[in-house]
Amino acid sequence: MGIMGLKDISPDAVNIWQWGVISMNATILYTWIVMALLTIVSWLVTRKLSTEARLSRWQNLLEVLVAGISGQIRDVSREESDRYLPFVGTLFLFIVVSNLLTIIPGYVPPTGSLSTTAALAICVFVAVPVYGIADQGLVGYLKHYVRPTVFMLPFHVMGEFSRTLALAVRLFGNIMSGTKIVAILLAIAPLFFPILMQALGLLIGLIQAYVFAILAMVYIASATRARREKEQLNKQ
Amino acid sequence: MDSISLIGMASVITSGLTIGMGAIGPALGEGRAVAQALSAIAQQPDETSTITRTLFVGLAMVESTAIYCFVISMILIFANPFWDYVISH
Repeated sequence: MGIMGLKDISPDAVNIWQWGVISMNATILYTWIVMALLTIVSWLVTRKLSTEARLSRWQNLLEVLVAGISGQIRDVSREESDRYLPFVGTLFLFIVVSNLLTIIPGYVPPTGSLSTTAALAICVFVAVPVYGIADQGLVGYLKHYVRPTVFMLPFHVMGEFSRTLALAVRLFGNIMSGTKIVAILLAIAPLFFPILMQALGLLIGLIQAYVFAILAMVYIASATRARREKEQLNKQ
Repeated sequence: MDSISLIGMASVITSGLTIGMGAIGPALGEGRAVAQALSAIAQQPDETSTITRTLFVGLAMVESTAIYCFVISMILIFANPFWDYVISH
């Protein structure tokens, strides 16, 4: 909580560096730190991969991660995970790393800012029609808006926007509430309780990253599901 | 009473009411969901992973209403636009 006071509700307001009209706030700085960390670590690990029985422990870690994400995607979408793994896995890894790094003092999670979470939710908002159209064509995708009747069209459109808003505000609210609770407890009971709440915040950060990725996968799967159901009908 | 104290009073009381009442519904709902999931796991231990995943996703959906209330009360206390307007004028 070093650079963020109790009154700052979002790390957007914390200016770290300013040069003329160009300013850099804490959100941008820590987003870039998280991205650099992810990129450099995966580049270093995948530089020398081995297919033998003996492998480095970093490669083992990445393999476990990728296999776990891929298994979860397969469970949710009930099809091969290759198409969805890059998008959903990237969302999960970015959110989980930016949430879990809060154990480092002075770090401000970029997911505790509504602009970061809104950007992630807009990525999902765009990815759903992209996957849907790639799967069943433009007409086939647009058809699910008017099912079962054309009167459902406004509700489908409203649902698209409200779930995007819900994705963004859910992640932002959970992470922001974690940092705020630690800050309030530091003011009233600074000895032991903040550590407990910090540990709970780590758990919540992990669960929220999982929930964000799973919900993104569920939304994408619901846009591509119609074709699979038709294939199953043809098979029977 | 001048507008500063009126706005301050209304914001503080409303934010307390918001988080207090907003926590009741999700708490009851999450309790029901967890109880049902536990009895489902007790009946079908093989399906534990599926039930747990659905439970987590469902809990996050239920909890989001409480989180909205929390965000609203935080805005009312720390980032109230009416308060800023009154202060600046």
